[in-house]
Amino acid sequence: MKYLYYPGCSLEGTAKEYHESTVSLMAALGAELEEIEDWSCCGASAANNVSELLSFVLPARNLALAEKMCQEKQEALDILVPCSACYLNLKKVAERAKIDFGFVQTINTVLEADGLEFGNHLEIRHLLDVLSRDVEPDWIAKKAMVSFEGFTAAPYYGCQCLRPYAEFDDPERPVSMERLISSTGAAVLDWNMGGVCCSASHMSTKPEVGLALVKRILSQAKSADMILTVCPMCEMNLEAYQKEAGLVSHESFSITILYLPQFLGMALGLPQAQTRVDLNLCVTPVFWEKYCGMTSRARNVRIPAPKAE
Amino acid sequence: MKPESIQTSFNEVKEMVQACIQCGTCSGSCPNTFAMDHTPRKLWRMVLGDQAQSVLASKTFILCSSCYTCTLRCPRGLPLTEAMARLVQLARKANPLLFKKSHAFYDAFLQSVKNHGRVNEAGFMTHYFFTMKDPLLPLKFTPLGVKLMRKGKVAMPAFNFGLGRGSRPRGKMAAIFEKIRQMEQHP
Ligand code: SF4
Ligand code: SF4
Repeated sequence: MKYLYYPGCSLEGTAKEYHESTVSLMAALGAELEEIEDWSCCGASAANNVSELLSFVLPARNLALAEKMCQEKQEALDILVPCSACYLNLKKVAERAKIDFGFVQTINTVLEADGLEFGNHLEIRHLLDVLSRDVEPDWIAKKAMVSFEGFTAAPYYGCQCLRPYAEFDDPERPVSMERLISSTGAAVLDWNMGGVCCSASHMSTKPEVGLALVKRILSQAKSADMILTVCPMCEMNLEAYQKEAGLVSHESFSITILYLPQFLGMALGLPQAQTRVDLNLCVTPVFWEKYCGMTSRARNVRIPAPKAE
Repeated sequence: MKPESIQTSFNEVKEMVQACIQCGTCSGSCPNTFAMDHTPRKLWRMVLGDQAQSVLASKTFILCSSCYTCTLRCPRGLPLTEAMARLVQLARKANPLLFKKSHAFYDAFLQSVKNHGRVNEAGFMTHYFFTMKDPLLPLKFTPLGVKLMRKGKVAMPAFNFGLGRGSRPRGKMAAIFEKIRQMEQHP
């Protein structure tokens, strides 16, 4: 397994732990990742509001860089993208390029200024796509050092890795995380909020609306030990506003929110320096207690108890 | 923006939802309907009825969080999320004053992309606060900012000299931006 890797801006800042845990997990799975050299921002949701052309050129620049690397290596590699927003921006350009030749020409007229050419030769794949389809689930079960038996995990997919492009999962009833969760021994929470919107950027622009959406998700996951995410925006919305969401609904929330690769990394016994669970904003003391009780019974591994805040 | 060009853009949106049969699936699927002044179905009705003014005065499209559920479920296969985004762009152009804050936000964001190729979250927020000339604005972002700073996820703006991993110029970003500006002026 070998991939080109596009981290995106969030993974260099607020979602550092998503980046580090992804890289460590992929290494543990024996996959080779090579970061796209000199990659740049995909435009996020800003470019689209200022110039349509810019919103296509920014992702295309990265695809062109990836193609250049593949050309030099003489092999076609898939592009692995952990951030769902970046994934969708890259994917939109690639999908339109398939059916609109003039579109590709216009993009290339701009990219010429940077000495690049976009040919749309590579596949763009979300991290969840790669984990659920390229990795043998039994492999994780076999290599797992820590069994998560007794834990219940709520798989939270969010929107943009599922829709509008149904590449690897059912966009209405997503299931791709379930086998991965089961392979660690944990139970999968049976809920129907997995693909329901976390309100994305509403949380900073229209907090009342954002909190209402986050509250709905958190209250359905109350019986779970953790919610697993695959997107920096979802992670932030679910972990950073639990107190506020509790205030508006007269409930109290305290639910551990982890990125999927962090959770799988923990199951494989990766140290905290690799899973970076120390960076998450919400890992509850109850979770740590249960987890440490369990790791002490695990086969010969000693995982130092992390400091709870 | 000239009234004619508003009309042209509005007609493009109308074209996108032309085949709507008013079934209401979009309204029933939308997680934000509760906060909207018009449900999505109603908004499409207004678009088809050429009520440009009332459509642009609505908050509905601002409340779209791009979850793509309506696009997925619409029995006519209409690109509804895309149409919502078009209305946002249109409203921004028609009413620049009303969208002053978000303009400044996006401009600061893209300035960071132009200069560094990547977005340094703390750096671009400083720029945004500066442009807005609103001393109270940073306070709104403080609680989260403090949580993140404690985890070392964002640097203190004052100590951020642009030497981070993400802040070296990437390729010929400025040339790309310039080329786009030219192409958009003389299509
Ligand atoms: S789901 Fe589609 S057809 Fe039905 S009301 Fe909405 S836009 Fe119209
Ligand atoms: S894409 Fe926008 S309008 Fe459509 S269901 Fe989602 S939030 Fe509602």
